[in-house]
Amino acid sequence: MACASLGYGSDGKTIQAFEFEYQRSPDQDAATPVRHPVVVVGGGPVGLSLAIDLAQRGQRVLLLDNDSKLSTGSRAICFAKRTLEIWDRLGVGDAMCAKGVGWNVGRVFFGNEQLYRFDLLPEPGHERPAFINLQQYYAEAFLAVRAAELANLEIRWKNNVVALEQDADGVLLGIDTPDGRYTIAADHVVACDGSRSPLRALLGQESKGRTFRDRFLIADIRMQADSLATNRPEPDAIPLGAASFPAERWFWFDPPFHPNQSVLLHRQPDGVWRIDFQLGWDANPEEEKKPEKIKPRVDAMLRQALGREVPFELEWASVYTFSCLRMDRFRLGRVLFAGDSAHGVSPFGARGANSGVQDAENLAWKLDAVLRGAAGDSLLDSYAEEREYAADENILNSTRATDFITPKSEISRLFRDAVLQLSKHHPFARTLVNSGRLSVPATLHGSSLNTQDVDRFEGHMVPGAATADAPVRLPDQQRGWLLRQLGPGFTLLLAAGEGSAALAAQLSDMRLPVPLDVLTISLPAAADSTAALADVDGLVAQRYDLQPGNAVLLRPDHHVCARWRHPDADAVGRAVTHALAIH
Amino acid sequence: MPLVTTPNLSAPDDFYEALIEAHKDLPSEESHALNARLILLLANHIGAIEVLREALQAARHSRPDR
Repeated sequence: MACASLGYGSDGKTIQAFEFEYQRSPDQDAATPVRHPVVVVGGGPVGLSLAIDLAQRGQRVLLLDNDSKLSTGSRAICFAKRTLEIWDRLGVGDAMCAKGVGWNVGRVFFGNEQLYRFDLLPEPGHERPAFINLQQYYAEAFLAVRAAELANLEIRWKNNVVALEQDADGVLLGIDTPDGRYTIAADHVVACDGSRSPLRALLGQESKGRTFRDRFLIADIRMQADSLATNRPEPDAIPLGAASFPAERWFWFDPPFHPNQSVLLHRQPDGVWRIDFQLGWDANPEEEKKPEKIKPRVDAMLRQALGREVPFELEWASVYTFSCLRMDRFRLGRVLFAGDSAHGVSPFGARGANSGVQDAENLAWKLDAVLRGAAGDSLLDSYAEEREYAADENILNSTRATDFITPKSEISRLFRDAVLQLSKHHPFARTLVNSGRLSVPATLHGSSLNTQDVDRFEGHMVPGAATADAPVRLPDQQRGWLLRQLGPGFTLLLAAGEGSAALAAQLSDMRLPVPLDVLTISLPAAADSTAALADVDGLVAQRYDLQPGNAVLLRPDHHVCARWRHPDADAVGRAVTHALAIH
Repeated sequence: MPLVTTPNLSAPDDFYEALIEAHKDLPSEESHALNARLILLLANHIGAIEVLREALQAARHSRPDR
């Protein structure tokens, strides 16, 4: 198998050097364009996640990539809880978490001093951490290995889409290959082809927004663990042992070793640290990428952080600028846009790849339902509507972080510095320090797929919210996790209580356009041994504000779409069809 | 609760004197920085975003006519 050397134990060098084989497809010899139900363009984390999701749902998927390699350089390195939960469903979450590194401690410095340290004490009762750091090439390799296991998912490397025409009946794609041009037809095409999206250009569209006049240098450096013994004078302040540089996130505002700019340090697997140096707009990107230019910058940072220089290898460097922008519409007829092709954010807060993977999961079940004829075309409009809303939220958050890190006016800088000065002694000011807000999924408050509440509920699990995980007891008495118990379709999470058994029986006889799983859970308030799951720590009841007999309807992408204190089968059925945009 | 713009200071003259005193001998740059910190401290004390928005608007709309 071609992917053998990309196995879960592969190292980063092997993965980045790995070339997938171009293989001639019989489509290239067909007299008339061969038709595919769904074609995904772009084999990054978004395209791969989408293709795997669709294939797991039984769709025949074709993924086209214009290259034959995975990501070069670490690029997106921070994968958030929601992404890991999606990847659990795609069968790669364990591999990602086993390889990724977590961090909880962060430090914020201003000038010469440490302002404060924070501990993101993870909230107990979730299987996955708030995020892991992992090089993008590992994420893509694990996804590619998973993709290769799926017989109904075909990936064609060195297949470059250069022409696109669509009409009411379908899309025609013209594809350049090493063997020349050929054409295929598709019911639907999803453009996951990155921020410079060739498909977007082929459709004459653009992504619009705000470009920031600033440049950043990324330097990935590898340090030998045994060279990290420290002789820093304040051992209490920074816990550096002989064998480990801390797995912490350090953020400097205006440090003496890089005046007037910001610097971010955090850790990746394999003893690699990512350092982001803000350079300013006037920096010369070609000059700044040169190792002889980077080394003194890193040395100065290490002298400040560790009290001395440490030998290191430069793994990868890149100078980037960024924009916060999006396309007006993520759907143009039969072509849908997901990930960076549809929207761009600043890197602060890790909302690029993470929001792209959420695009993919939002789209996968909808395309599947449409291709099966279980839902109409308007379900795809809800993809655009929901993810445009999410993109706006991500752009807002990442723009705010950018404005804090790089103030755009004198007065903005004055307030930024005032926040930092206060944050050393006044905890309130730390809530204003914004070096990137952690990526969390958007709650789709206004989605047309939600059924409005008729009853009063507390808490965060409102219609539109991404479902929260919680520990449960499984039928075999083992402990497990709620999210792992959810199937690929709609799930009614039903708290055992009066009438719940009768409702479950009624629902199993009900004819719906798509299957509905009823998952009964026994709450501590009314233990019921016939329920499939038990709310062993009471966290399901707490997080979903459930009482015996209540129910929450979850979409295939694990967003809440309806909930009831007193559910009845008709209301549940209506909510399912409503969430399929059948009105 | 709406922004209080009717008299509410327990000792207006004392407050005003203390405000000016806090800036005593500061170069204008440091005075601006002090003001910024003061605004942030007071904003946190008030807490409610609606009240703060009202205050921002009232301040913005009280610019002198020129």
